[in-house]
Amino acid sequence: MSVNLPGTALAVAAGLSAGAAAAALCAPDRIRVRLVGTLSALLGAAGAVAGGAALAGHTYAARLPDLFALSGVTLQVDALSGVFLAIAGAVVSATSIYGIGYASGPGRGRWAQALWPLFAFSLLLVPAAGSVSTLLVAWELMALCSLLLVVSGDPASGRVREAGVWYAVMTHLGLVAILTGLLWLGAAAHTETFAGLRIAAAGISPAVRGGVFVLLLIGFGSKAGMAPLHAWLPRAHPEAPSPVSALMSAAMVNLGIYGLVRFGLDLMGAGSRWWWLTTMTLGALSAVYGIVQAAVANDLKRLLAYSTVENLGLVLVGVGAAGVFQDSGHPALAVLALAAALLHTAAHAAFKTVLFLGAGSVLHATGTRDLDELGGLRTRMPVTTGVFALGALGAAALPGGAAFPSEWLLLQSLIHGLAVPGTLVVVVLPVTVGAIALSAGLAVATFVKALGTGFLAKARSRAAEQAHEARGSMRTGMGLAAAACAALAVLPGAAGPALARATACAVPGGGPRVSAGVARQLTALGSTLWPLMLVAVTLGALVLLRAGLALVSRRAGQRATAPLWDCGAPPLTARMEYTATSFAEPLQRVFDDVLAPESDLDVTPHAESAYLVERIAYSRAVPDRVEHRLYNPVVHTVRRAGLAARALADGSVHRYLGYGFGSVVILLLVLAAAR
Amino acid sequence: MSAPVLVSLAQVLLVLLGAPLLVGAMRRLRARMEGRTGGGVLQPWRDLLKLLRKAPLHPQGTGAAFRFAPLLGVACSGVAAAAIPLLSTRTGLGAGADLIAVVALLTLATAALALAGLDTATAFGGMGASREMTITALAEPAVLTAVCALAAKVGSTNLPAIVAATLSHGARPASPANLLAAVALAVVVLAETGRLPVDNPSTHLELTMVHEAMVLEYSGPDLAMVELGAAMRLTVLLGLWSALFAPWGITTTADPARLLLGLAAFAGKTLLLGCLIAAGEVFMAKVRLFRVPELLAGSFLLAVLAVSASFFLA
Amino acid sequence: MLSLLRKIVSVGRVAEPAPPRPEPAAADPAQRIRTLRGSAQVRCVDAGSCNGCEIEIGQAFGPVYDAERYGARIVASPRHADVLLVTGPVTRNMAEPLRRTYQAAAQPRVVVAVGDCAIDCGEFAGAYGVEGAVADVVPVDLAVPGCPPAPDQIVAALRRVTGR
Repeated sequence: MSVNLPGTALAVAAGLSAGAAAAALCAPDRIRVRLVGTLSALLGAAGAVAGGAALAGHTYAARLPDLFALSGVTLQVDALSGVFLAIAGAVVSATSIYGIGYASGPGRGRWAQALWPLFAFSLLLVPAAGSVSTLLVAWELMALCSLLLVVSGDPASGRVREAGVWYAVMTHLGLVAILTGLLWLGAAAHTETFAGLRIAAAGISPAVRGGVFVLLLIGFGSKAGMAPLHAWLPRAHPEAPSPVSALMSAAMVNLGIYGLVRFGLDLMGAGSRWWWLTTMTLGALSAVYGIVQAAVANDLKRLLAYSTVENLGLVLVGVGAAGVFQDSGHPALAVLALAAALLHTAAHAAFKTVLFLGAGSVLHATGTRDLDELGGLRTRMPVTTGVFALGALGAAALPGGAAFPSEWLLLQSLIHGLAVPGTLVVVVLPVTVGAIALSAGLAVATFVKALGTGFLAKARSRAAEQAHEARGSMRTGMGLAAAACAALAVLPGAAGPALARATACAVPGGGPRVSAGVARQLTALGSTLWPLMLVAVTLGALVLLRAGLALVSRRAGQRATAPLWDCGAPPLTARMEYTATSFAEPLQRVFDDVLAPESDLDVTPHAESAYLVERIAYSRAVPDRVEHRLYNPVVHTVRRAGLAARALADGSVHRYLGYGFGSVVILLLVLAAAR
Repeated sequence: MSAPVLVSLAQVLLVLLGAPLLVGAMRRLRARMEGRTGGGVLQPWRDLLKLLRKAPLHPQGTGAAFRFAPLLGVACSGVAAAAIPLLSTRTGLGAGADLIAVVALLTLATAALALAGLDTATAFGGMGASREMTITALAEPAVLTAVCALAAKVGSTNLPAIVAATLSHGARPASPANLLAAVALAVVVLAETGRLPVDNPSTHLELTMVHEAMVLEYSGPDLAMVELGAAMRLTVLLGLWSALFAPWGITTTADPARLLLGLAAFAGKTLLLGCLIAAGEVFMAKVRLFRVPELLAGSFLLAVLAVSASFFLA
Repeated sequence: MLSLLRKIVSVGRVAEPAPPRPEPAAADPAQRIRTLRGSAQVRCVDAGSCNGCEIEIGQAFGPVYDAERYGARIVASPRHADVLLVTGPVTRNMAEPLRRTYQAAAQPRVVVAVGDCAIDCGEFAGAYGVEGAVADVVPVDLAVPGCPPAPDQIVAALRRVTGR
């Protein structure tokens, strides 16, 4: 009997996870960080191998009835799981290596370290789950581990605590939605394994399936940062330690997409058109809202978190488009859109890992993530600046960047959507195209700001002046992710066959015909290698020009150094530089109505005369408007209801007994009526 | 070397040599309309050659972004010139001659120059970079959306395919989607090349500058590259616009005689468009910076309408 | 817009016919610095002038005298410039900025002192706020005398730089 590669790799990953967690708790301090980091990196590698094998066509299915009480554990790995396994595994590897250097400093306890491999393993377990119960257990494990890791950063800090509360509440509300949805689906289908659901789903009434989909869209969508359920993301991601932010932003949020694709497209067979039009609209909304917020954010990690909202929004657009096309009988188009979504997921994972790890190095070196206080890092942190630039290029979706091929493919699939009839489609598709275009344009401005004010120019604070380059292992981790970024930017075609296999899992009714169609569509991107050619030609032209310039301008070799042009009035200080806030000010004005920024001007007059000003304090904040308008009223209502309910609990035992008795009676009455 | 590669090389050379002449002609026309004589069509080339002969400077504290951005600007415009069917649809970049890719390449050049502006750490550099990126961020959606309107009808974003399709259907340029997209793209071309009413290319007032403020720190050969890049960008964008909406004269072969005809047509169309812009600028003042987004939003709206039109009226 | 168009057509060209090229002299920058032949970008520096010279410089680049036809163009940054047109006696506050402006321009560079004040402090010689003539602060290549010099004299000086 031959060895099943994905299964073996997953088993190895499980063993490594247990080993790493044990090592974190028991190993002596001297080797602990290094040992846990290495074992976790191997865990990630095992996950990537499992994913890679699944993408290469190996499948795996197993039932371990004794592992978990009552339901047992059902595992199932196909090419669709493979995409998410491979991404999660690769991100775990890079971040774990990075974490060795990052965690060597003070402040990381044994418990936080023990949680890391568990979180990493749960990220592998979710896409490998083969039944509803296994998925739910893995999902909750993932939620709990990530929650504890978020608050492990600095538990004493009020902001971390607040972020933890937001995350805990929202992730569990999401869990409730998923749990309800999946139980409803399972009850209607009388089975809980994926294989069974796939067969039974066709027989379930459209109303039930629609209800289940809405619940799943809420649950999985909130995990994927879909507006307006994204509120936890820009709070939790910045406050978590940077490797955790990277793992959450590059691997965990993807699993929301996985859930939607697995249940919506694969198991429930695409359902109705309104499901996917809703998904597309919400995705487009997230993309625009996320990037507008990112454009004006001056906290580097908050900026990156909002960029996650944007990119996952784009992925949702792709998934939604795939559903619409599938529903209207265009499987080839559906495959194209889904391939774009999956490719963008991978690209986003690559560049977001680079960016969050780069931001982590900056935070590590300077102690601040405020772009207004950074700057000038390129001289002291050349490696970090280099990889961050590569990541920023990817996030801006410009040629040579990781997201360029995937956004190109996404636009291609929408352009071809012309073939789909339906009034709603004709309205939604152009608006979505516009939303993608708008987010692409703003992404360029956002990442020029992040790179230009954060890393170039002059240091704006003492902390930035005294920055130091990241440690060796941190550089290795960032370098690995940057290499993945570059590979996805120039050789996206290499992923073609794997993507074709993955999309074939989710878009049924295809078979070889669809695969050929995908192959043809993907050739435009893949086998002709034009992104590589484009980058190569541009770089070639650059080199040629430089050589030509050296020939023409005889003195090009010896450049005389001259002071910066200061309009003749020195000195030119760092205070005169444009900051991130001033850079984004025009954009903030343009999107004033969307952002509703709050500014406060406080003028203190002199004691002797009201006309003499002693001090002027100006503050500006761009709060999340969705949070203000949507969440705060709900929170206030709940709080008011809670306060009102206090009157019910006055400490009298008699009254409590009365409550209990009353509830039992009501319950019995309900049961009797229901019979 | 195969014929398409030669066509591409010819296009690059044409744009490289012709772009400063176009700028010269535009300045000349403007001077004449203002009652002046002006510097002559060859003046931009004289300026460029002089700048190339000047001593290169390294402003203190600038880094690689500052050094390489001008070169990248010229390289990107050059690759765009090789990709766009200016003379013939048989260009040498194959699938790389993609409309979205060309737009993204030109944006890459802008972003690089904005980074260079920030890299100088001067107030003007940052100011120019901020303004330029704001304009680009709002112009890019209009371009991409207009692109989708054009591509949706052909079913491809491949430039030669789009141009060939327009050439083979004589009536296509007059369709509503095309007209809307043409207006949207025209506004964007003005914004992206820093012409009035978005930016005044001949301003000397730092506070009103957009593009110029970013490049205040460049001198000598670097400045030559910045100016050459800007001129090539103008030519390429005008060429792109005319290839999309007035593709007459562009051949679908690599036949030398037809290429010469294409060359004449390209020169004529680009000169005409350039002169229209220059003449228009005499009658126009620069709009306030914060009115520019309104202009671009209008262009974006037109582009979205163009996409809708191409979907509805397909 | 139509009225403007009518005006453009009716007024036509207002630039005066180009006077003959000034006799080339050995001291002309055009002879010494051949790099600048045909093209010279100009940055004006007011080192303390009464603004009379500025008005004349403005005229030199205006439609009537049209210095642009000889290859001269005003630019915003000394980095872009080959020629500094310096006017006025150099005041104490402007001495350092003038020096820095000179240093900011890339080699080769030409300094033209415009007006009597720039050449020998003129009316303001010995005033307490005056540091000295332009030549006391930066090396001067060409001088345009006059209080203020006529635009055609300024144009002639620029033509000595561009050699056109």
